[in-house]
Amino acid sequence: MSKPSQENWYAKLIDIALPIFATLAALIVGAVMLLLLNVNPIEAYAALWEGAFGSQNALAETLVKATPLLLVGLGICISFRGDVINIGGEGQMIVGAIIGTQVGLRMVDSPGWLVVPLALLAGFAGGALWGGIPGLLKAYFNVNEILSTVMMNAIAVQLMTFLLRGPMIDPAQAELASKIPQTARLMENFRLPRWIPTRLHLGALIAVVLAVLVYILLWRTTWGYRIRSVGQNPDASAYAGIQVKNYIVLALVLSGAFAGLAGVMQVYGVNYRMITDGSGSGFTGRAGFNGIVAALFGQLHPLGTIPASILFGALLVGANKMQRVVQVPSALVIALNGLVVVFVVSSEIWRRKRQRRRLAAEMALQEGAPGESDGSEAAHYGGEVD
Amino acid sequence: MTERTILPSGHTQIDHLSMKGITKRFPGVVANHKVDFDVRSGEVHALLGENGAGKTTLMNVLYGLYHADEGEIILNGEEVVIESPTDAIEQGIGMIHQHFMLVETLTVAENVALGLRSSREPLTDLNKVSERILELAELYGLNIDPDAYIWQLSVGQQQRVEIIKALYRGAALLILDEPTAVLTPQEVDEFFCIIREMAKDGHALIFISHKLHEVIDISDRVTVLRDGKKVGTHQTAQATKADLARWMVGREVDFRPEIEQVEPGEVRLKVDNISCLSNRGTSSLQEVDLDVHSGEILGVAGVSGNGQRELAEVITGLREATAGRIFLDGEDITALPPISRTDRALSYIPEERMRDGMIKDFTVAENLILREHHKQPFSNWGFLNLKAVEQHSSELIHNYQIKTPSQETLAKSLSGGNIQKVVVARELSRDPRVIVASQPTRGLDVGAMEYVHSRLLEERLDGTAILLISEDLDEILALADRIAVIYEGQIMGIVPREEATPEKLGLLMAGVKEGV
Repeated sequence: MSKPSQENWYAKLIDIALPIFATLAALIVGAVMLLLLNVNPIEAYAALWEGAFGSQNALAETLVKATPLLLVGLGICISFRGDVINIGGEGQMIVGAIIGTQVGLRMVDSPGWLVVPLALLAGFAGGALWGGIPGLLKAYFNVNEILSTVMMNAIAVQLMTFLLRGPMIDPAQAELASKIPQTARLMENFRLPRWIPTRLHLGALIAVVLAVLVYILLWRTTWGYRIRSVGQNPDASAYAGIQVKNYIVLALVLSGAFAGLAGVMQVYGVNYRMITDGSGSGFTGRAGFNGIVAALFGQLHPLGTIPASILFGALLVGANKMQRVVQVPSALVIALNGLVVVFVVSSEIWRRKRQRRRLAAEMALQEGAPGESDGSEAAHYGGEVD
Repeated sequence: MTERTILPSGHTQIDHLSMKGITKRFPGVVANHKVDFDVRSGEVHALLGENGAGKTTLMNVLYGLYHADEGEIILNGEEVVIESPTDAIEQGIGMIHQHFMLVETLTVAENVALGLRSSREPLTDLNKVSERILELAELYGLNIDPDAYIWQLSVGQQQRVEIIKALYRGAALLILDEPTAVLTPQEVDEFFCIIREMAKDGHALIFISHKLHEVIDISDRVTVLRDGKKVGTHQTAQATKADLARWMVGREVDFRPEIEQVEPGEVRLKVDNISCLSNRGTSSLQEVDLDVHSGEILGVAGVSGNGQRELAEVITGLREATAGRIFLDGEDITALPPISRTDRALSYIPEERMRDGMIKDFTVAENLILREHHKQPFSNWGFLNLKAVEQHSSELIHNYQIKTPSQETLAKSLSGGNIQKVVVARELSRDPRVIVASQPTRGLDVGAMEYVHSRLLEERLDGTAILLISEDLDEILALADRIAVIYEGQIMGIVPREEATPEKLGLLMAGVKEGV
């Protein structure tokens, strides 16, 4: 059967190339918008490229921005594969960062080689806790996880604002009138190693290693097998003896844990303190949400999420530069990001339709087969079957 | 041109329709090769063949869903071109698919009107539609409330809605694609009455099936397809079940396989005084007692919905028993979770294989280890041993003759028979001590059915205890050593194979106890 495999290869190539085309299409529409603002799009995109990849420092900044996206995205790969929709990345990042920061602020007399790994683990655990609560609620009380994770975000933001303005506030700030909501700075020996002179820190490398580990987890371990199996078909999983509830909780615990890790790495790798402007995104930079987009862009594959995160990191960093050089309003930069998302999501829907059609054709070869029809008749009668 | 007869439903009769030399190719496969087929007004013409023989493809060509590469369609003596279902409907051809095309949240009338122009656009004319539905329903005894919502209807009633939908659109020729696959035996009887009534009135009916006894029951003529080619067309009255099976499969088929005598051994599965609730919380099983011995097949016969599903689930641990105990080889397993029962070599072939037996988006290989993925050699300290998985699945694919392009193929793209083979391979290859098999051959064609039966009989010879739950009485009579009949959650009686007749079981199935 060499022919089908050849066709599969071709189909796979299209699947991989599709997001790239979608991004290009988004940039073309963006170019029209730039033209309407009397800006030369070539100049603008040159600035964007320059800002994202043009120098050692630009590249490093792109990767710094990509790191939390990747970590959150890895968690999203796990939860979405388990058919659990985790929208709580923001809150999980925050709680991971709070607990991880506590480690560094309290263990001031301990050596760095002990504190830093411990802090990262604490962040991991904090995120796991914040993801695990909606997980338990879903598994045992059938609470919709989309709602509960979003609500957990709100709780985490309030908790952070309270702590950073009160109990955890930098003693120096406490005495000043400005009272910037931030913690004290971490000891110098508690910082993740950097690639001097840039801000690129060890966290980026850790994230890439973790991407490989998540791939192994999902496709090479029994845990991953069960998470995916529960995600695809909880009934059949129960029949096979899998404890479905446990794996729903596990999917959210792991998903939250990776977001928590993203949070604590922002503290130990980038800012060296926990700081916010009073809003949730003041600390996270919306990585808890953008990570979802990155994971979807990477087709919920941990390795695919790596380039996807870099792309979005580049857009974030490059857009800043573009804004400065060609003087476009910042709204346009946000719009450009939005365009990429819209095009990628649309192309994903198109890809699925294509896949379904391919499947329908395959099934026509083995008629009377599985319990699915292509719905052509209902469509013909004007009905929707899906 | 002569005046055409008008049917009682008000549609113009189709006297004769023939398809000549129809060839339809898909990449790499010839689904239909020079097939001739014809149907006349007033007859039921059965189209018989195994899954994949090309029956549905041929009918999809007639209904305009596919375009034939070669061949022509002649309707009442004139060649017609059918490009789409719209064309087919205009010509008076209607098709009822195996899977219903109904919107659950709409009423019957709304479903019938869906996609049609209202007589007073843009307002709907549902009252008129309802009137017409009642008219048509009366004509053929379809007995449907136009204002009922689809989700309130049973499967049999939903099928009637499909028939009304086709008639409403002016169908004089109806294509019925495996219409009985989803019906209970009683619903099948009612459905056949409707078909006969329609044929008597001059409709032409095409009945696609792979169930021999139904073809013999209902059809006037039968055309057999095999591997996309026509084997022949015969008067049904002159063909026997064995003839049909031979044409269909291409060899002799054993309907009542020779059962070797096996001295039943010790009791392996003991169901002791078990009661449980249904999903609705009402009482389902009531004090059920069953013993299944080593080397024995105990059949459980009954009309669907009398507690069969609950029985299987209680034994496999998916449903809690409210009273009673279950023993496996003498060990009380009543309180054990499903996985512990699995680990004690209890195998289960679930009734709904697509929902409960398979993970559609997993590969064949992944599905084949569903039960054993947590054990050696597939799992090493929580890591999957892909080599072992691959070896295991290629062995099973070979031993159980699973037709799949590769073990990496997603389960959902296999045919129904092959999906069941994957389930059977997985459950039987674990060397089970007890097997609970629910409707193991439902929806399978003759070849696949024979195969599953022979595998179950082999297990029986190996000393496995098998509980065979089936609504197919022929299957139970062919395989079971003893037959328990279940009615409203109670066991009405257990009949040894030698004493079992369809009449005797039928009475028990209807809840009539002998001597009472």
